[in-house]
Amino acid sequence: MGKVNVAIIDTGCANITSVRCAFERICDDVTVTRDQDFIRAASHVVLPGVGTAGAAMEKLALFDLITFIQSLTQPVLGICLGMQLLTNSSQERSVNCLGLIDTKVSAMKNSDNLPLPHMGWNQLTHLIPPLFNGIDDGSYVYFVHSFAVPTGAFTAAQSDYGQAFSAAISQNNFYGVQFHPERSGKVGAQILKNFLAISATQEKIDS
Amino acid sequence: MLAKRIIPCLDVKDGMVVKGVQFRNHEIIGDIVPLAKRYAQEGADELVFYDITASSDDRIVDKSWVERISEQVDIPFCVAGGIKTIEDAAKILAFGADKISINSPALANPQLITDLTHEFGQQCIVVGIDSYFDRDTGLYQVKQFTGDETKTRTTQWQTLDWVKEVQSRGAGEIVLNVMNKDGVRDGYDIEQLRLVRDVCNVPLIASGGAGEISHFYDVFAKANVDGALAASVFHKQIIEIDALKRSLNQDKIEIRLC
Repeated sequence: MGKVNVAIIDTGCANITSVRCAFERICDDVTVTRDQDFIRAASHVVLPGVGTAGAAMEKLALFDLITFIQSLTQPVLGICLGMQLLTNSSQERSVNCLGLIDTKVSAMKNSDNLPLPHMGWNQLTHLIPPLFNGIDDGSYVYFVHSFAVPTGAFTAAQSDYGQAFSAAISQNNFYGVQFHPERSGKVGAQILKNFLAISATQEKIDS
Repeated sequence: MLAKRIIPCLDVKDGMVVKGVQFRNHEIIGDIVPLAKRYAQEGADELVFYDITASSDDRIVDKSWVERISEQVDIPFCVAGGIKTIEDAAKILAFGADKISINSPALANPQLITDLTHEFGQQCIVVGIDSYFDRDTGLYQVKQFTGDETKTRTTQWQTLDWVKEVQSRGAGEIVLNVMNKDGVRDGYDIEQLRLVRDVCNVPLIASGGAGEISHFYDVFAKANVDGALAASVFHKQIIEIDALKRSLNQDKIEIRLC
């Protein structure tokens, strides 16, 4: 198993510190950077994000990161808005996203008069490995969002808030979680550990 | 199902956690980071840190403790106190806070809510409302500068109107602090919270009045709030968070057990 090191893409967004701290609690080699050579050489890449999809895509364009992220081959984890950016597009002001996971983001419906944003601890179900290895069905994680990916072929975990939606998605080497594992206690830490174990597993298969 | 949130509130003054009764005579409780860590371990769903002196003293205090919390705590937390500009908010969010809460500055300049929402997204902008029930007039009134008794003033806003206004400006969550109940520990103001819930389409957090476990049950079951905030009952260990959550769970309130 190769050395695990995490590159967190510095998108200039607000939750980078909490994401960095969460990885630092489980890994001793974590860097926040926009250096493309450094990111490409990292064993694991994280795309954080809060705010709006349009503003975030503008930032990625500004930093010349769009085609770069699309070309990455190691495991990449998008968190919250970072997950939404991995999809084809977001209904939030009709923004084109990175197109790495073949699905779309749409506005959550205000059904049953439930308050929006969907904010707080909600349960994960329909869990698919490897991201959710060892996580019990019904475990709680922390969400804050008003837009979501419907459930579909690339759903890796579900949650329910008036409607079922994708709590996590994955395709090829790209993984995304709608919730905040960096703020989801022990369950969140386990999911981040599972993410860091992904390439190790693949290397074992390759050798 | 989305769980109801139990939220210890840590009032911060000069880098220490304090809590007074009805906003007066603040007594020091302890250091911020160890207390925050303890609550996270005991099952708190979220933490709120209010710098209660900041707005009144017309300053923004040293916030480096925010990053120390972010390093050691793995649950969401919100910081309030003296945030008057986009730059103030950016700094605190960069230190790792998940949300910022504005109160007095929002009353002085409601446009601030709109601007913060556009800059950082609705999800991290909380508006705190200090509401006071005036028994003489029968009105719920919004107070400003409640961190300092000598500077506290009654605004022109009635509570329900202000709740609607802040939502129209994009607030992502509302914390309703009932001033008559602060530190009194005889239960949340269910009647007022119900009125607010009826006009509140974003998450609503109840604050003020928690004294025993049944008060939490009541505020969730009768006022349907999303979270319940409390301070002294947790600081003074009158209620243990774990026991509280087990009790609520037994009583069929949706809760995250740790």
